Amino acid sequence: MVQRFRASVVAAPSASLINLVGAVVVLFVAVLAAQRIYQGGSTYFVETMGFGLAEGSIFALVALGYTMVYGIIELINFAHGDVFTLGAFFSLALMPTFGLVEGRISGLALVLPMLGLFGVTMLFCAVVNVIIERVAYRPLRHAPRLAPLITAIGMSALLEGIMFVWKGPFNLHYPDFLPETQVTVLPGVTIAAKALVVIGVAVVLMVGLTLFVGRSKLGKAMRATAQDRDAAQLMGIDINRTISATFFIGALLAGAGGIIYGLYYNSVAAFDGFQYGLVAFTAAVFGGIGNIPGAALGGLLIGIIAAISDGYFTVAWTQVLIFSILIFVLVFRPTGLLGMRVPEK
Amino acid sequence: MTATRDYVRAHIRDPNAIAYTVMFLAAVLFPITVQFATNGNGDYLVGLAADGGVYMLMAIGLNVVVGFAGLLDLGYAAFFAIGSYTYAILASAHLGATPFGHDVHIPFWLLLFIAMFVAAGAGVLLGAPTLRLRGDYLAIVTLGFGEIVPQVFSNGGVWTGGVPGISALDAPKLPFWIQGPWVNEPLGFTPEQFRFTSANLTAYYVLMVILIIGVVILVNNLQHSRLGRAWMAVREDESAAAACGVNTVSVKLLAFSIGAATSGFAGAFYGAKLSYVSSENFGFIVSVTVLAMVVLGGMGNIPGAMIGAIVLYFILFQFLPNAPAQFEGLATSLGLDSLNHSTAVWPGLGEEVSRMKYVIFGLVLVGIMLLRPQGLLPSQVRKQELTHPGHHELAQRAK
Repeated sequence: MVQRFRASVVAAPSASLINLVGAVVVLFVAVLAAQRIYQGGSTYFVETMGFGLAEGSIFALVALGYTMVYGIIELINFAHGDVFTLGAFFSLALMPTFGLVEGRISGLALVLPMLGLFGVTMLFCAVVNVIIERVAYRPLRHAPRLAPLITAIGMSALLEGIMFVWKGPFNLHYPDFLPETQVTVLPGVTIAAKALVVIGVAVVLMVGLTLFVGRSKLGKAMRATAQDRDAAQLMGIDINRTISATFFIGALLAGAGGIIYGLYYNSVAAFDGFQYGLVAFTAAVFGGIGNIPGAALGGLLIGIIAAISDGYFTVAWTQVLIFSILIFVLVFRPTGLLGMRVPEK
Repeated sequence: MTATRDYVRAHIRDPNAIAYTVMFLAAVLFPITVQFATNGNGDYLVGLAADGGVYMLMAIGLNVVVGFAGLLDLGYAAFFAIGSYTYAILASAHLGATPFGHDVHIPFWLLLFIAMFVAAGAGVLLGAPTLRLRGDYLAIVTLGFGEIVPQVFSNGGVWTGGVPGISALDAPKLPFWIQGPWVNEPLGFTPEQFRFTSANLTAYYVLMVILIIGVVILVNNLQHSRLGRAWMAVREDESAAAACGVNTVSVKLLAFSIGAATSGFAGAFYGAKLSYVSSENFGFIVSVTVLAMVVLGGMGNIPGAMIGAIVLYFILFQFLPNAPAQFEGLATSLGLDSLNHSTAVWPGLGEEVSRMKYVIFGLVLVGIMLLRPQGLLPSQVRKQELTHPGHHELAQRAK
């Protein structure tokens, strides 16, 4: 019986053939895009890149949370995208408290309340994420791998549900505080100031994260735990505390990402985060899952690719393109752009 | 006679045998009971149960992939979509409106199998390059595939009907059918060709039960075949299985495509019953729901997956949609009528309860995994493995 089944299975194609097909497809798409971009002219290209970099910075902030959590406990934290939306929702509710009312405040007077808003929202998201880890993931650390994945999906539904009950299914208006002006970067070439602010905030946060993980003692503990949990424990590292810290820091970035998402797009809905999280996760895989600079690079690249697809092709196919990239990367370069080959644990 | 008695005796304590018996009896008695309880107005509920059967079929199929072979598939709805669209395109006037220019009306009975093979083919196409990847990378690939497929169908323009989808699909037909007092006719065969219509949902229900029985027998035999043992070996330890001579890639590919085939099979039925397909019905939430059914019921156990499907389907499609009206009724009868009216800050009790459905779904998923990670009806083999005394314990007992 089994012999007959075996015979019916197609022989799995050889690796070199798959690689050749992949290279041809990538080359074809690249040439097509290059031709469109050339025809579009330079002004439009810079404008598109501005969108792409701004969107990519937000993707990068969210992707960092995915990649850190995956790096340390090998879990796709589906709830992360919703923690990101929660940041936008929470900050929206908090704005009047900080005197951030549209039309009444502008210019440099914004800076201080904004810093406060960022601080409180980031802290809130971080605490929520740590609670999620404590309740839904830690009790299942030694369970089969599917178990925490299901609770992650459950937590995602729960967060979405809470935001849904809170504000309903509609798109909420998010106040527009960012300047509408265009900044001249080169003679004749301008970029929206809005995009620059978003990119600036993201860069500051990512530099901070890199310094923290690279220089601080807790960052060292996080890297050690990601490499080998048992060995790290033997060296006296408190594993639970380190994992909690990872969730805490990941959600700090997601919370900040939620606010700049709101400020940049001026609209947010309860179910935005899931799809956004999937794209950010794609970015993390693209850059090399578990790799912090990789997630930042992947986020920026996915943002740029999405902007080029939106700007030069049709919006409807952008999602298809992004998830095709995800499958392509995993088939041809499972370690991502910057990742290293790690043995399966 | 004695053979039957011995068989019953041997299986009287087997939870799976009990579950199969109870489910079979419930399936037979369900339409009668419902029609009796609702004075003959139970067609809607019977139709709902037939839809639930679609999910049950998918749960059985996903159980092969996730439960037997241990491959995590997060894009299972993609194959469901492929099956549905295969049926929609090949059994409607749709192709006449495309550059192809001719209507295609292939009979339902043939298309069930065509849809199955198309979905299985898609599974092989996706699986062949990706099944060598490590476990959770496969999950990510399937997740991406599950996002791509509905989007492709919704962007497909004239070929797939775009966002509105394809409607007015052919209903299944039979040369004759049994009629009786339940349709106010004398017992006998119908005088002419029998069409499955939305006015006769019991026919769909009966068809669904027959399909499920067939699939359960097939999958059960597969589970106890050499292939089934190979699946479990791959699930427990892939390296060890490969060392024992199991061709892990083709074994995994078979699990993947058999799962996809079941989903495509269910998809064709779904298209025929609904007479309409739209890319919006095949999102990630469908994949997650089916996965949750399998995990809730007990991974790797066919009746477990079926029970999980029944429980979760009831919660999601019967209990939660009706909850708002029930709660409003409850509030009225308690004299709290004011709760039902919406104000600036309160959207009304009904709306509030209907918004709660995601919260409840999330809590159900998390709660089950924390309280009963092995599922409602876990696989007996795995249970024995888990509770089997170790060497040390056996040595202690021997003393």
